[in-house]
Amino acid sequence: MKRSFGRRRIQEIVMQTWSLVSICVLLGVAVRWGVSLNSYSGAGKPPMFGDYEAQRHWQEVTYNLPIRDWYFNSTDNDLAYWGLDYPPLTAYHSWLCAYIANVINPEWVKLHKSRGYESPEHKLFMRTTVLVADLLIFIPAVVLYCLYLTDGSSKKKVSVLLCILLYPGLILIDYGHFQYNGVSLGLALWGILGLGLGWDALASIAFSLALNYKQMELYHALPFFCYLLGKCIKAGLIGHGFLLLVRIAAAVVVTFALCWLPFLSDPVQALQVVRRIFPVARGLFEDKVANTWCSLNVLIKIRSLLSADAQLYLSLLFTLLAVLPSSIRLLTRPTFWHFKLALVNSSLGFFLFSYQVHEKSILLAALPVCLLLNDLPFMSVWFLLASTFSMLPLLLKDGQLAPYVVTSMGFLLISIYLLSALDHCTEDELQLSTYRKLFFFPLKVDLACIVRWKFYISVAAMVGLSIASVTLDPPSHLPDLFPVLVSTTSYLLFLGTFIHFNILQFSGPASKKSQKKSN
Amino acid sequence: MAADGWSWFPVLAAGVSLFKCLFINSYRSTDFEVHRNWLAITHSLPVSRWYHENSSEWTLDYPPLFAWFEFGLSHVAQHFDGNMLLLQKQNYASPSTVLFQRLSVIFTDVVFILAARECCRCVQKQKASQKDVLSRPAFILAVLLLWNFGLLIVDHIHFQYNGFLFGFLLLSVAKHLQAQHLQGALLFAVLLNLKHIYLYVAPAYGVYLLRSYCFTESSADGGIRWRSFSLLRLLALGSVVLAVCALSFGPFIVMGQLPQVLSRLFPFKRGLCHAYWAPNAWALYNALDKVLATLGVRLKLLKEAELPQASMTGGLVQEFQHSVLPSVSPSVTLICTLLSILPALASIWRRPRGARGFLRCLLLCALGSFMFGWHVHEKAILIAILPLSILAVESREDAGIFLLLSTTGHYSLFPLLFTPAELPIKVCLMLMFSLFSFSALRKLHSGGGSLLRPLEHVYLLGLGLVALFSEVLFPLSPWKQRLPFLPLLATSVYCSVGVSYSFLRLYGTLLRSDSKPKQH
Repeated sequence: MKRSFGRRRIQEIVMQTWSLVSICVLLGVAVRWGVSLNSYSGAGKPPMFGDYEAQRHWQEVTYNLPIRDWYFNSTDNDLAYWGLDYPPLTAYHSWLCAYIANVINPEWVKLHKSRGYESPEHKLFMRTTVLVADLLIFIPAVVLYCLYLTDGSSKKKVSVLLCILLYPGLILIDYGHFQYNGVSLGLALWGILGLGLGWDALASIAFSLALNYKQMELYHALPFFCYLLGKCIKAGLIGHGFLLLVRIAAAVVVTFALCWLPFLSDPVQALQVVRRIFPVARGLFEDKVANTWCSLNVLIKIRSLLSADAQLYLSLLFTLLAVLPSSIRLLTRPTFWHFKLALVNSSLGFFLFSYQVHEKSILLAALPVCLLLNDLPFMSVWFLLASTFSMLPLLLKDGQLAPYVVTSMGFLLISIYLLSALDHCTEDELQLSTYRKLFFFPLKVDLACIVRWKFYISVAAMVGLSIASVTLDPPSHLPDLFPVLVSTTSYLLFLGTFIHFNILQFSGPASKKSQKKSN
Repeated sequence: MAADGWSWFPVLAAGVSLFKCLFINSYRSTDFEVHRNWLAITHSLPVSRWYHENSSEWTLDYPPLFAWFEFGLSHVAQHFDGNMLLLQKQNYASPSTVLFQRLSVIFTDVVFILAARECCRCVQKQKASQKDVLSRPAFILAVLLLWNFGLLIVDHIHFQYNGFLFGFLLLSVAKHLQAQHLQGALLFAVLLNLKHIYLYVAPAYGVYLLRSYCFTESSADGGIRWRSFSLLRLLALGSVVLAVCALSFGPFIVMGQLPQVLSRLFPFKRGLCHAYWAPNAWALYNALDKVLATLGVRLKLLKEAELPQASMTGGLVQEFQHSVLPSVSPSVTLICTLLSILPALASIWRRPRGARGFLRCLLLCALGSFMFGWHVHEKAILIAILPLSILAVESREDAGIFLLLSTTGHYSLFPLLFTPAELPIKVCLMLMFSLFSFSALRKLHSGGGSLLRPLEHVYLLGLGLVALFSEVLFPLSPWKQRLPFLPLLATSVYCSVGVSYSFLRLYGTLLRSDSKPKQH
């Protein structure tokens, strides 16, 4: 690659666009903070509260107990009450936040006594920790990705940047509901960024950190693994490729070892952490989530038909079947374009078929789709809207109606205008020719037109269901009517996206764009 | 990106409207309760009681048309939450009340959006050939108006209806720029009857309309030609203005309540300065007084016991005594204000320079009244900043003044939002607006060096230091208990220097164009 030339040009672009980039970042921060003024999950709802209390409780536990007690049930650490079930990096982060909290107000993290603590000051503190983490990890990664790894004019890059920063799903969950997805997704994005720029070892470190922050990052692990392995194989496993492989493996092992250091002295410790992180006993699915099992449940009650173990193996089988094709394809063609597609396919495959999926896990698929906003604006905007919509029941429970409406409409408006998403949906740009071959559509059928109408209808359905969920009371014998409708609608959209992106991955370099990418 | 025509305008407008909705649950000042109380007054009492009702301390003190506006709103409000319309429900703020009041501000801002569009149309002709949307004057003006930092925080966080009122002002200015003077006059008359603070700029309207509308011709050198006076035009103008005033004040005159209404509109019981000094001449005057008093005590020229014990920034709106300098009475402020705007008025009377000359005179009137007026609010600086945006996209010199005035004036609004939760928002929005205005105006007027002089750059950087001191360092320092008003004092004194300087520089542009008669 002509990197030295590219770098000089990029510097020029950075100089030209720094003010636009900072305006976009500031707007992103302002929107985030605007959302954070609203309520959070479980506000004023004893005895269990919600994810906000979970995070606060983790601060309480990590600050007051020695590391060896963090993951164990004890009189001081009731695991049934929001016990720590994330990997060590989250625990360290909680400890760091708790340390600061203790300086400001020791009441916030006092053992036992602080349980269910709520106050405006504390909310401000918690929201600030999310924003700080975002400013340090997620936002810089997005900025660098858009500047360095997005094609097109500088204005185009800035447009993509603004759209990614304003993606409503992540904002609503992190700043409304309350979680730190920005950290794990941001670290994964640093990994993607590293791979895109060719810094494989750094990328592996960043992604290992992401895995150690949130085990759900496993959704992205297969593409990372296949891309790196494929790259090593391509470089020749006897020779240069082998050195590369050793370097990557060493980076991963050292990162993991450092993260798990306090737990490695005793196998019991490490095993307990693993057991906490992967709770297989919790069932095939909880609540209403837009994946295969929950949607199938409307027709067949799988949970009562099959034993727990059978459910586990069934989902494992389907997940493997879903993610393997794209991964194998990536292994044979380790290009960045295929890597991005495989990230979408793998995370969506996991979301649709794996065990114990939460509705928030759709964010893991949304991140790689965000990265495709520039290449496939129409499909990406469609999916990102649907992903936000799929979390509607959760958001309504948290009292996030106004931010949901505002951010979704804003995102739709801005992405359609800035990325001209609706103008870029000719048959060629949507890469629909494969469908024509697959299903023998006659030539006069205007596939692009059909797709566009599907988009309009699905948006109308999302709007209609959102309004109905808020205003109508469900019939008394079907109390879950609207959540089920929401999750089934989103499931259909997700399944469509999953199929489409898989076909894209397997259709050869048909359009100019993917050809350019794969070379 | 669609580069043609106006497709960006609806996106900007819709985008900012959605953005405003994010702040529904943010901090709101007592003005929220003020307007809720007015809804209740106008809804539940007969017209004759509107200006007599005083069971709440927030009595109706806007002109009658605004009361009718609240009356209209109250009919929508009852569908949200009827309880907010009850007089005895003081400080009532149920979620649907908040939602209704916030949405009412956002929806009435449609007037402002329309006005911004009209203003953009007026500058469109100048450099229509620009390919890049981002460097088109109309686009820049639209952002400067629609995304104005001051309006966003004053209306949508602090809570007021300025957007809708500024809509009338800008619409009226745009009508004058389009040479539709009667419509402009009508809109301004309506505006005056909605909120009388716009009396600040009324002299500019009066002189301009009389001179440029009622006299149909000027002599070759721009001087007045007395024989071109058109009585018909004067009558038309007079009847438009009088009709609006009659509609608004008529009922109260008939009921014999005019003195009562006027006493509500002009409460001279309040002090020279608001609790937080607006950054004007009197802030400097008060600060000088403080310095002299402190020096006097230090040098043993004054006895501390003899000094009046009023703390000037003590948060109470009342009259107070200066320690060393003579106290200022309302009539003195009136005379100072008149003296400060007189040269500008005389200038456009002697030689009117079209609607843009009028706009400049309007700005000078607004700034003059802001500098020397009685009990000026810091929010009044927006009356100068918003119309100045129009001039800023048309000339280099004005762009420099705009950058200086808007940055200083906007920063002086910071104390309006003092809650820690709103700190990130005000900082982000301020940085966003300033970054945009600096980079866009610099690009628009590229070529010919910097828009600001070196000393002005230094001053604006100093503003950053003041911000750092009063927003971050001071709350953490031990002085917080002893001198709680120090940041407010520093802010208003520092900003008043910038505002005064911008005022003088703007005056300079007017007088300079006076001495160069060829250049218009």
